[in-house]
Amino acid sequence: MKFLCVECDQQMAFAERELPGDGTLAATFKCPKCGRVVAMLTNPMETQLVSSLGVEIGGRTVPAEPFEMIRANVVTTAGRPDGPTAGPAWSVDAQERLTRVPSFVRGMVKKIYADYAKERGITEITPAIMDTARAELGLEGM
Amino acid sequence: MRTYHQLTDPDRSGLGDQIGAQRQRVAERLAAVRRIVAVMSGKGGVGKSYVTANLARALARMGKPIGVLDADLNGPTIPGLLQVPHTAQPPAIGLDGVKCISMGHFLDEGAPLAFKGPAAESFVWRGAMEASALREFLGDVEWGSLDVLLLDLPPGMQRYIELCDILGKAPAVLTVTIPTPESRDAVRRAMRAAVDHGSDLLGIVENMVGGELTGSAGDDLAAEFGIPVVARIPWHPTPDTWNHLAAQL
Repeated sequence: MKFLCVECDQQMAFAERELPGDGTLAATFKCPKCGRVVAMLTNPMETQLVSSLGVEIGGRTVPAEPFEMIRANVVTTAGRPDGPTAGPAWSVDAQERLTRVPSFVRGMVKKIYADYAKERGITEITPAIMDTARAELGLEGM
Repeated sequence: MRTYHQLTDPDRSGLGDQIGAQRQRVAERLAAVRRIVAVMSGKGGVGKSYVTANLARALARMGKPIGVLDADLNGPTIPGLLQVPHTAQPPAIGLDGVKCISMGHFLDEGAPLAFKGPAAESFVWRGAMEASALREFLGDVEWGSLDVLLLDLPPGMQRYIELCDILGKAPAVLTVTIPTPESRDAVRRAMRAAVDHGSDLLGIVENMVGGELTGSAGDDLAAEFGIPVVARIPWHPTPDTWNHLAAQL
């Protein structure tokens, strides 16, 4: 996608990208000759389409992490992400730590951590979050 | 007013370069894989995953390093067939030392494959998401050196076509059918598409032979496409059944 300043007949240069957090994207482009700035605003569906290709508007600043798209976009638990049964994501390290919990209490422990994260708006449970939750909730040993 | 191709400055997003880098990553990761074989069928329920898993195990028992990529993102069964722990890190190591990657590694038990994102018109981007997941399976798993990487495809042709795009060339194909004429007709379409895309057809595995399913799909397709029936799998196969199939490849 390119932008042309019709008046100057100049290709506009990418200037800035913003992700407001509501699923939309704003990218600004500036004419190098006259300085005119235009913004490209995409709706959540359009933003998602770009995201699904594993590319970044404005270019990559850091190399892609392994399974970056999957880890960022796949809902790991049953239920829609915005549904009543939705829960926070679990990092790989946190999942691994969970496997060390005896199986007969694992479900309960998992729910405790998930509820803790949900109440605090935490979207991903990591070992650090588990440590904090353990300390705050008095769950030493879980 | 000038058109897109008349604007010669690259856009800073470099989307073309980013896609190119993705392809390069896949190529580099698979450089140590001697052979890629897609196990496919145009029909569901013929036992593709079952054949894939057991073929992989038989090849591994021959002392070869083998990997399985479970390309059935919506119905992953390879972890179960290879008895891989749910929380294992990819590539997980299954029975007989077979390495595998599956969407099952990323989902809770029983959870369907769902993506975060706007629910409205999700059909627009869901296919692209699945193709990207497949690309990450191919490009991000540290397989190491493999003799064969088996790709367990879901029914239909979509995933096969995505694979051809991501790999940059059509993989060799091992076809699975059951004896019935209905299976033959569905599998035929898939085989024609594979030929059209330039895949080498390695042979046909006729599964569920010797029971109540009647027909000659294996022989019919073999004659039509000029390839061998490399195995006829009975309802209760023995390790020898799979060893025989592995030896054919």
